[in-house]
Amino acid sequence: MTDYFNEMYDSGQVRAPYARLEDWMRAMPAELRQMKQAEAEALFRRIGITFAVYGEGGDPDRLIPFDMFPRVFTQNEWRRLEKGIKQRARALNAFLLDVYGRGEIVKAGKIPARLVYQNEAFERAVTGFTPPRGIYSHIVGIDLVRTGPEDFFVLEDNCRTPSGVSYMLENREIMMRMFPELFRENRIEPVDGYADALRRTLASVAPAKCDREPTIGILTPGHFNSAYYEHSFLADLMGVELVEGADLFVEGGFVWMRTTEGPRKLDVIYRRIDDAFLDPLCFRPDSMLGIPGLMDAYRSGGVSICSAPGAGVADDKAVYTFVPEMVRFYLGEEPILQNVPTWQCAKADDCKYVLEHLGELVVKEVHGSGGYGMLVGPKSTKEQIELFRLKIEENPENYIAQPTLALSTTPTFVEEGIAPRHVDLRPYCLVGEKIELVPGGLTRVALTEGSLVVNSSQGGGVKDTWVLAE
Amino acid sequence: MILTVDHVTTYQYDQPMRAAVQSLRLFPSRFDGQRAITWEVAVEGGLRGGAFRDGAGDKVEGWSLRGPVSEVTVTVRGQVETIDTAGVLRGHRETVSPFAYLRETAATWIDERVEALATEAVRGAESGLDRAHALARAVAEAIAYVPGATHAHTTAAEALAQGEGVCQDHAQALAAAARAVGMPARYVSGYLYARDDGAPHEAAHAWAEIWVEGIGWIGFDPANECCPDDRYIRLGSGLDAREAAPIKGIAQGLGEERLDVSVALEAVQQ
Amino acid sequence: MLSRTAENLFWIARYVERAETMARLLEVGARIALMPSAGHGYRSEWESLLQASGTAEGFAAKYGDPVQRNIESYLFFDRDNPSSVVSCIERARENARIVRTALTAQVWDALNMAFQEMRQLERKPRSSLELTDLTDWVNRTGAMVRGAIDATLLRNDGYDFLNLGFALERADNTARMIDVKYYVLLPSVDFVGTGLDNYQWQTLLRAMSAQRAFHWAYGGEITAAKIAHFLILNRESPRALITSTGAAMEHLDSLARKYHKSGPAQMRARALVAELAETRVEDIFEEGLHEFLTRFIRDVGELTDMVHTAYLSGDAR
Repeated sequence: MTDYFNEMYDSGQVRAPYARLEDWMRAMPAELRQMKQAEAEALFRRIGITFAVYGEGGDPDRLIPFDMFPRVFTQNEWRRLEKGIKQRARALNAFLLDVYGRGEIVKAGKIPARLVYQNEAFERAVTGFTPPRGIYSHIVGIDLVRTGPEDFFVLEDNCRTPSGVSYMLENREIMMRMFPELFRENRIEPVDGYADALRRTLASVAPAKCDREPTIGILTPGHFNSAYYEHSFLADLMGVELVEGADLFVEGGFVWMRTTEGPRKLDVIYRRIDDAFLDPLCFRPDSMLGIPGLMDAYRSGGVSICSAPGAGVADDKAVYTFVPEMVRFYLGEEPILQNVPTWQCAKADDCKYVLEHLGELVVKEVHGSGGYGMLVGPKSTKEQIELFRLKIEENPENYIAQPTLALSTTPTFVEEGIAPRHVDLRPYCLVGEKIELVPGGLTRVALTEGSLVVNSSQGGGVKDTWVLAE
Repeated sequence: MILTVDHVTTYQYDQPMRAAVQSLRLFPSRFDGQRAITWEVAVEGGLRGGAFRDGAGDKVEGWSLRGPVSEVTVTVRGQVETIDTAGVLRGHRETVSPFAYLRETAATWIDERVEALATEAVRGAESGLDRAHALARAVAEAIAYVPGATHAHTTAAEALAQGEGVCQDHAQALAAAARAVGMPARYVSGYLYARDDGAPHEAAHAWAEIWVEGIGWIGFDPANECCPDDRYIRLGSGLDAREAAPIKGIAQGLGEERLDVSVALEAVQQ
Repeated sequence: MLSRTAENLFWIARYVERAETMARLLEVGARIALMPSAGHGYRSEWESLLQASGTAEGFAAKYGDPVQRNIESYLFFDRDNPSSVVSCIERARENARIVRTALTAQVWDALNMAFQEMRQLERKPRSSLELTDLTDWVNRTGAMVRGAIDATLLRNDGYDFLNLGFALERADNTARMIDVKYYVLLPSVDFVGTGLDNYQWQTLLRAMSAQRAFHWAYGGEITAAKIAHFLILNRESPRALITSTGAAMEHLDSLARKYHKSGPAQMRARALVAELAETRVEDIFEEGLHEFLTRFIRDVGELTDMVHTAYLSGDAR
């Protein structure tokens, strides 16, 4: 597994999208690079982006390392990705609409009933209600890895509230500020339309009872949350309210904001809190964050919630295996993006295989995230492997396994200069009246040499992601 | 049978609350066994919110009260015509898959005792229906009707361990036991008309429904060792008592709550 | 705007103002402690100050006897003291972080910088810090924040809530500081008009950065009547009760215009200002300065409650 695809150099040749960057890279003396790196860090600190991506928790004042070397896609590469991502986002939404309705895919035997209906993320409370336009997941974050010039795999889907998009926007902002010449020399598709597109998307799913320009708000758990910066950043960019549960109340079947001028109706809630904390009357009775009565207002069409409560049933790691099947079942199309082959330890045969090949596989918890509770076979000690063997044998249902992927690398500034490091990609697909995808995403990079774990909690950093115009 | 219901619930607070919000599941289910002739739900001084019918067929209505609130009175009055369907929930429109009722909750946690009781009960039972009946019998035998022995948050496992309880404990225990042997089951809340037969029960009642393949949802009332008939009015269901509660409410503030409930069911002379 | 946002803005201003008051009180205490004391020893004066700042109980619980060094620590650096300078600056900054998008970069920078500088101060050995440097730093910080607000912030309702916070806190704090002098510091009425009396007044004026302004306005001997006029009734004096109350009234009226709705808070503010406008120094002394101030502090408290009910509580209809 030493043959990794290098996105910049392919068999000794510089690949086309990186051609101009090579000169830039070579022309930059080490001192300048260090100066720029310090400048970037100062900028990030000043703006205050010091939060953990992907709900990893940890120190809220921690800065995620920013790598100045951009990751580049050609227009052609992107078009294919875009098609695949949109296709997947459509299929995931079709699946959600189905399982909260008639459940045809289960009846057709394409996915086991248990995986859907006994899934912790399946919310019985929202069955019988169809959200506006039948959309459940309005912001779909799809994590992709690349293993070759034409080979992209979906690592996981995020249908609830994928975070990190402020990094995509700020990384670009900072690159443009520090290296304006790069943007003159390369024709790079802009990403700053994201906020507008997000606002349009949210406005397009206003509830049935809203008969005017909808009022939109982002619901945050509060300023102690590690992603608070992102919430306030997005609210500011979209020009919408940033609200906490205590700012809202339900009356007459609608949701109202407490303002200095009296109650103001809120039509669309982009929530950045989990289902369990939305409404103590419906979900967790001990939730202090929630808004009592919210779910009644939602289910009677008085307010829209994005993503819809219950959307999480589409993105767990066990359901993931069936997404290509969803594409075929609902869209009648062949999936453009491939899944990583996955063994379900819940199945006896798969489990046997996994236990026999632990040293080669990546094993993940079905509900885990953030790179925790994970075994990377080839990088683990015998003890770690044996420990995982016990865990799997104890509770096989809780684990899936995948082959260790040869994640592509891109050049990255490291202590010694420039070196290839493994990357992944999270684009953010918006699903509303239209399906939109800004040309770009968040590239995460494993800064440790040889590491395949890109999570910021495990030494990962972020990069600006370019899509070149034609 | 034609039953009249007069159900008044009062929450009193020892100091005024900022506001109160309620979610009411207080409407007779629509199925072959019952039909509301008249039915009115009102919250005194409250504002009616959104209403909808959920995937389980229950009608839910939200209410809110502006502060200061020192008392909340929920009044239910109506007349329902019932017939005996031998516990079968026939003609009930719902979209939720029965598989969604295999999930455990905190109140219906399946511990070793629940599992043992359920496994033992269904041994030898052939059909799904037999198994369901056996489970209901086992729960009825395992928990004696003793008012005051348990409280609102007692779990199914705790009630079984204690061997005493009320209808809520019976219903939760039966739901848990059925799920333990892979049968979808749910908690049902409603009313029960007490004939002068000396049987100990309250007019506000709860029982369980078990999904029997080939038949559908069937009600079982372990507290009275029978299946719901024309003395029963069904309101709503859920995975446990909390989910199926006819009244869920929250009042914001520091006041202590005092609850007062009166339910009167009468049969109309025909 | 969201009531919570308005509340955050209101409290940013109140905490900044309060931090300044704390620093000024510390300065008064330190100066008076340098005086040969008139029979009571400086211990009781410090105790009076603690009482005036409402921190006596907390201090006693933590330190016992009022020793100057401990008092300085408690009033300036102690996070257990919710009114300490450090607590106030930290809370002002936290409130600002919550509503960052309602502030300009300059206002945020001023508050954030104050916070960062404060953390540096905290790391230095206490013995290397002069009290006067500390109070100067606090006053400078306050000036930076106010400057940034005045120079860059949109004149919307948020601006009114910030200024309401400054005005109401200042009205309350100034009244308390005068009260400290008159009622708490001076051992008995026999001392009125003595050297000790005058020295204390001067100290107070200095602590309010108002010594020179006073002399410009009045000249000659410092008398209790002049000072009372200057700090209570003179509209030219930036800390005078009438000036602060007037500012509160202006911003309440501004809110009423923006919201097309006036309420009890506006009426109350107008009544307060009108009353002060008609008050003469003689009236105040006739009522008794302490009684007058007590009544004023209560009035401002009630006005603040009305502002809270009308705008900040979120229960407005």
